[in-house]
Amino acid sequence: MFNRIISLLAACLALAFITAPASAATPTEPLWPTLKYLYFGDKADSIREDATDLLVLEAPKRAEDAAIVPMTIKSLVPQTADKYIKNIHFIIDNNPEPYSANFHLSADLGLVDITTRMRIDQYTYVRVIAEMNDGSLHMVSRFVKASGGCSAPAGKDAAAALARLGKMQIRMRTPTIGEPVTAQVIVSHPNYNGLQYDQETRRYIREHRVTNIAISYNDKPLISVDTGISVSEDPSIRFTFTPTEAGVLKADVKDSKDQHFTQQKEIM
Amino acid sequence: MHRILLSLSALLLSLLITSCNSESNDESNNNYPIKKVTEGIYYHQGVHQDPSEQNIGAVANVGFIIGERCVAVIDSGGSYLEGTYLRQAIKVKTDLPVCYVINTHVHPDHIFGNAAFKEDSPEFVGHEKLPAAMAARQDFFARVFKETLGAAYEGTEFISATRTVSVDKPVTLNLGNRLLTVTAYTTSHTDHDITVLDNKTKTLWTGDLLFMERIPVLDGSLSGWLSTMEQLKTLDLNYVVPGHGTASSDLWQQGFENQIRYFTTLRDEIRVIINDMGTIDEASQQVGITEQNSWELFPQYHRRNVTASFVQLEWE
Repeated sequence: MFNRIISLLAACLALAFITAPASAATPTEPLWPTLKYLYFGDKADSIREDATDLLVLEAPKRAEDAAIVPMTIKSLVPQTADKYIKNIHFIIDNNPEPYSANFHLSADLGLVDITTRMRIDQYTYVRVIAEMNDGSLHMVSRFVKASGGCSAPAGKDAAAALARLGKMQIRMRTPTIGEPVTAQVIVSHPNYNGLQYDQETRRYIREHRVTNIAISYNDKPLISVDTGISVSEDPSIRFTFTPTEAGVLKADVKDSKDQHFTQQKEIM
Repeated sequence: MHRILLSLSALLLSLLITSCNSESNDESNNNYPIKKVTEGIYYHQGVHQDPSEQNIGAVANVGFIIGERCVAVIDSGGSYLEGTYLRQAIKVKTDLPVCYVINTHVHPDHIFGNAAFKEDSPEFVGHEKLPAAMAARQDFFARVFKETLGAAYEGTEFISATRTVSVDKPVTLNLGNRLLTVTAYTTSHTDHDITVLDNKTKTLWTGDLLFMERIPVLDGSLSGWLSTMEQLKTLDLNYVVPGHGTASSDLWQQGFENQIRYFTTLRDEIRVIINDMGTIDEASQQVGITEQNSWELFPQYHRRNVTASFVQLEWE
């Protein structure tokens, strides 16, 4: 699903770029009216906008470092087996690939409180669309200004990022069974998006990016994220969950070269 | 009434300035002053502002060194227009040709004037990683700066290094009885910084390894830059031309100390926040408050430095 969307969109954008005048630095027409049909098809018109009773999206007003923009999604209604957010679609309208991530969430997650880091190419609307277990769609959005000056979404030290490729961390404060705890999964990965050109070989650097991060507790899935190219170098997922019994928190990462990385942490 | 008086006097003042200007040397561009650092070395000091159409992107220090055979340009300007001003300023000082255009790193305020020197057919000199850095950023820079710089951007081209310098293998350039040593560094301000030393006068052009007055910007490695600064501040030098701010014979060591203090403060305070599972947001609100009155443009770049440092310190 995700890959199909990406390739479809890539084709559309390629067309858009070819037809756009060279001086058009930033899109003058809002992209969302087009994007929503691309991603949600027939259901696009049923999206409930300004769903501020369900969701909060926290983003800085200005992308301070275009390569690392922290974004937080919070739900205001707890996940229950009967009613829960199944997917959160994360869209950055003006990025080269607007569809940036899909968070698949478990009903066991309690309150949703997830922070990740994105690349922001230019000033843009950022939007999250929650897809409930009954299929209904609810959206909130924020406007983010681009950073000024020399901040580019490119990595700062490609050699260093490659050198520690696949290193992972699971970080958290000492947890107490039965109480919510905040944990962070980070994987070191250059997350090349296939748009960078290598002058020496005169070829585009082959896309090499993280495609999925799956987080589970005692083998029961909590969050699984399909990640797109907007995700920052060294992808990070910070989230809150409640361990109801002792067990193992585990994170599995897959990348586009079919490499797997894994890390786990015992909670007693 | 007061307001009218005020605008009248402003008008008079501007007339006065204009008339003064028209009396001075016709060949030089009065909007683009060039300062002498020492014998044969000149620079234009960039303003401490963000690039804009009004300041034509001239926010970094750019300049030139004149030998007996030819001239080396060190950083070409923040727009094609600034590049043409710089080239004009060189022609006022000497008839010798420009044989090298040295780019200290990829940032727009240091490379956007390159195309103004194309007709001199110089060698473009840069770090071995400059071409890759330019290729990775040029689409982004072109899109953003076309808008930021407006008319001043027209003519700007991305001209990469034709001669590259490797880490641990400094290159000597001869301008005719004047030898320049170009040294490449491991990741510091960026992953492709170089410095230029004029051996004759012991003058070092640091590029953005040194910011004076203006807040330094991290686009490389926090720990790497700190160790490079420790190394540079001990050099035996007569003059230093920083990437931004005043060139001097006596202020530059304090300049390095200030930068070291700033980044050490960031590093130490961010470490505490990371160890307590704090966030980038919390860090950018709390870290480095003691530094806010020490730097120009602090509000524009400090949070960015915190963000960039934070994600590096997570991997210590």
